[in-house]
Amino acid sequence: MLLIHCPYCEEERPELEFRHAGEAHVARPVEITAESDEAFEGYFFIRANPRGIAYERWRHIHGCGRFFNAVRDTVSDRFFATYKAGRKKPDAAKFAGAATGGKDKR
Amino acid sequence: MVGANRIAGTGRLSAAGRLAFSFDGRSYQGLEGDTLASALLANDVHLVGRSFKYHRPRGVLSAGTEEPNALVGVHRDAARRTPNVRATVQEVYDGLTAVSQNRWPSLAFDIGAINDLFSPFFSAGFYYKTFMWPKAAWAAFYEPKIRAAAGLGVAPDRPDPDRYAARYAHCDVLVVGGGAAGLAAALTAAETGARVIICDEQAAPGGAMRFETGARIDGEEGWAWAQKATARLAGMDNVRVLTRTTAFGYYAQNFVALAERVGDHLAEPGDRPRERLWQVRARRVVLATGAIERHMVFADNDRPGIMLASAARTYLNHYGVCVGRNVGVYAGNDSAYAAAIDLKRAGVAIAAIVDLRETPKGALYEEARGLGIDVLPGRAVIGVDGRTRVSSMTVTPRTGGPSRRIAIDALLTSSGWTPSVHLYSQSRGKVAFDASTQRFLPDAYPQDCVSVGACNGTDDLAAALKEAAAAGERAGRATGARAKATKAPRVDASEGWSGGMPGVAPGAGADAAVKAFVDFQNDVTAKDIRQAVREGMRSIEHVKRFTTNGMATDQGKTSNLHGLAIAADALGKEMHEVGLTTFRPPYTPVTFGALVNQARGALFDPTRKTAMHDWHEKHRAVFEDVGQWKRPWYYPRAGEDMHEAVNRECATVRQTAGLFDASTLGKIEVVGPDAAAFMELLYTNPWQKLEPGRCRYGVMLREDGFVYDDGVVGRLAPDRFHVTTTTGGAARVLNHMEDYLQTEFPHLKVWLTSVSEQWAVIAVQGPKSRDIIAPFVEGIDLADAALPHMSVREGQVCGVPARLFRMSFSGELGFEVNVPADYGEAVWEALWTEAEKNGACAYGTETMHVLRAEKGFIIVGQDTDGTVTPDDAGLAWAIGKKKTDFVGIRGLRRPDLMAAGRKQLVGLRTRDPNIVLEEGAQIVADPNQPVPMTMIGHVTSSYWSQNCGRSIALALIADGRARMGETVYVPMPNGAIAAEIGQTVFFDEKGERVHG
Repeated sequence: MLLIHCPYCEEERPELEFRHAGEAHVARPVEITAESDEAFEGYFFIRANPRGIAYERWRHIHGCGRFFNAVRDTVSDRFFATYKAGRKKPDAAKFAGAATGGKDKR
Repeated sequence: MVGANRIAGTGRLSAAGRLAFSFDGRSYQGLEGDTLASALLANDVHLVGRSFKYHRPRGVLSAGTEEPNALVGVHRDAARRTPNVRATVQEVYDGLTAVSQNRWPSLAFDIGAINDLFSPFFSAGFYYKTFMWPKAAWAAFYEPKIRAAAGLGVAPDRPDPDRYAARYAHCDVLVVGGGAAGLAAALTAAETGARVIICDEQAAPGGAMRFETGARIDGEEGWAWAQKATARLAGMDNVRVLTRTTAFGYYAQNFVALAERVGDHLAEPGDRPRERLWQVRARRVVLATGAIERHMVFADNDRPGIMLASAARTYLNHYGVCVGRNVGVYAGNDSAYAAAIDLKRAGVAIAAIVDLRETPKGALYEEARGLGIDVLPGRAVIGVDGRTRVSSMTVTPRTGGPSRRIAIDALLTSSGWTPSVHLYSQSRGKVAFDASTQRFLPDAYPQDCVSVGACNGTDDLAAALKEAAAAGERAGRATGARAKATKAPRVDASEGWSGGMPGVAPGAGADAAVKAFVDFQNDVTAKDIRQAVREGMRSIEHVKRFTTNGMATDQGKTSNLHGLAIAADALGKEMHEVGLTTFRPPYTPVTFGALVNQARGALFDPTRKTAMHDWHEKHRAVFEDVGQWKRPWYYPRAGEDMHEAVNRECATVRQTAGLFDASTLGKIEVVGPDAAAFMELLYTNPWQKLEPGRCRYGVMLREDGFVYDDGVVGRLAPDRFHVTTTTGGAARVLNHMEDYLQTEFPHLKVWLTSVSEQWAVIAVQGPKSRDIIAPFVEGIDLADAALPHMSVREGQVCGVPARLFRMSFSGELGFEVNVPADYGEAVWEALWTEAEKNGACAYGTETMHVLRAEKGFIIVGQDTDGTVTPDDAGLAWAIGKKKTDFVGIRGLRRPDLMAAGRKQLVGLRTRDPNIVLEEGAQIVADPNQPVPMTMIGHVTSSYWSQNCGRSIALALIADGRARMGETVYVPMPNGAIAAEIGQTVFFDEKGERVHG
């Protein structure tokens, strides 16, 4: 079971308190009705699903209830950072050295 | 002495602690502290089981958790019959009853042993290749027969009556293994002030000190030192010592699972749990898991009486038991000499030490020679005699030559030691091959962990303790502990071993057809592994699965390295090029009881009951599970079956009235200055203009345009909405709302509060509903003009605060009375008194479903399935046409969602009104078309409607609304059922009854 640092509670809590909520930094278009079919497909259906560093949303659902963002290595399951919703996406290069799956070797 | 093979003056057990136990119906005596294996050996019982596949007689191989052979059943009572218990782990208690397994009619004479004669047919991959045809025969014939003939113990057939406990624990330093190294590490870690947990799988810590009598630490015999160190640790406030506790799984972020055996060693466990699962989160982990001795791989090396050298030493030095009276030793390694020396000093004859090495040397060799033991260097054991107990060994020069038979009654073997890197590997560490010692050792650590002692390849005791003490101190300091630790324990004497070889011994090599066992528990021989390579297996993972080497419950603790060496040799590669198979949890078998723990029976899943649950029970409601909720399904009266009860309830509601417990509906309060704006975004409907006091049926979509949930929403004030959701959707709807509020529309000032549990809801439906509630309502005008259909008021019912909704899910005049949950039952009782006077009934979910279907009201999740748009469901009217945004607005405009031919919700009336269609049944246009037919839709809801006097159904059918009046068919096993497509409303088509 992973420990996840909630940026709102400012402490590590067990994974059981959290729920995964999909890829992070996918903003709903402000003028959503003006989106082309392709653009809407990209927004709603297409996800990066990387091997290595992933930006994703989590919710501290059995805690403070807040949604936040996380940087996680999908190979090692290691969390590199968690940060509040709305904050800038941290640069992947910061974690590349520590990531086990940073480069897709397949 | 207790048992013929006890030797006075040896061992650590007290002769006073006598215990009686039985094995296969025979009574024996053991001593307190014995394992079942040591007690049986003390009584000269070597034959303890039959092997998995060939039913070969098997004896005790080891003295620890690595035991592959000595698996027995332990029977406490009719329900407590534990199979596959390792006799080397099970401690004897007074009255213990053990039985052998996989034999019939008896252990000594086993019919199944005929498999051994047919063994050429049972080689690796045999099942895969042989039982392929005919296909159906596998499940019907081959598999049951094979399962009956093979296998080990029999699973108990009654529910497990035992209790299992669970603990979560946090510590600074977790030390796994209580051998000398683990104890040394725990001591220094504890001295720094860090919180320490040390666990050991045996009844007492001490590890190899149990047999290694040549070690002296801090001026004491190794075992005595270990007990004192343990006592010191146990006395420290910051240390928890767990014995009989196996660390079986190492997961992410230093999360380690331990299984503690609490009651299995006691004659009367009393009210103790049987086992306790520890889930430990450690800031630092020190692995001191030791090493496991390997056997020699030679012909018939599985005969009872052949065992690991260190096991024989353990039985002698700890339990005071000699495993034979005329013992042979087969060594590829120094440590076997120590066993011979100990036994010789205890008065046991040593027939010979057969050493594969041409020129053994060193202190142990000299000592053995000095004791007059016959050492035969450069020789190999190429076979043994004795089926149920070894009786002789055949010895030849390793390079070939004349052979010689030497009579023996036990044979001790050692081909070296395998460091236990299981937990390190589970922590995702990659092992590195050390060519000089031919073993795999820990390399880089992906977690905050370190290995010390034998599991780290540190063989010398002094070096191991120094390494361990330093690691313990470092681990403690790394967690912020600052106190000074003492120096490593001083090692005054130790045993130095070297040598060892993985793979086959002479006589079991390339062309040999002998049975030289690599994996005893799965009956895998050296020949099987070579055959796997010959048949094209290249990866060690494939070799493992093809032969099942290392796949038994012992997880290949004694066999993996041998198997790898043999495969590498057959492949013509180096061992490290072939690589090790993956180590997976659990390290040793863990009971389902320990894992499931308290989460069974009533505690498996929470049960949610409404405030009126007791009333429903008293009125003999039959309940149905809806998620975790218990909901009254129907209330049968004397002599009624479900059908009759539902028909009566349905008719009564429409003729007079009914009371329905609607408390399980999800309820969310949406509050704040931007509440209406938020509702506009989350629901398809317009909300800005809904007046306070009025209600609206809301439809919620996902962004893709499909219906996600629905429910009636009441506006209590300009900034306050009382939202209801489906029972099953309550949690996810709140999550969905929170998601958008927090991340997409954070500018909106809105607060969301779940109030599902706070309000008890009593639906009163039917022509008499107003009369039933009227006597109890205060402060609300119930007149139709003052409280029209789809409105809400706050007031009092039975003197308690209430939200009174005028709404209907039945199509009748109806109300939903919301009162604080604590008053739910009292208010229900009051309304029920009045309802009874009016001839009304209580009704359950089945009647609720029928009534709403008669009106064509959908249930999200039954009439929709996540691919249904509002228009598909006939709810296009619920979309605010002037709205510029809501969740799902863009999804609805996707080409596929606007295309012609979509499935639309329609009513179905069977041609024969008495036939009730199956829900989920497929619909076709032409029942005579060839199979596979083109399906144009399916039935979503179907009931007998007492009020309509016929069956009714809802269905999703392609272009359904354009097919009104058409006949379609529902193919069933007994022929196609004809039905006519029509409107979704079956009763009161004009909808007049809701207005009373």
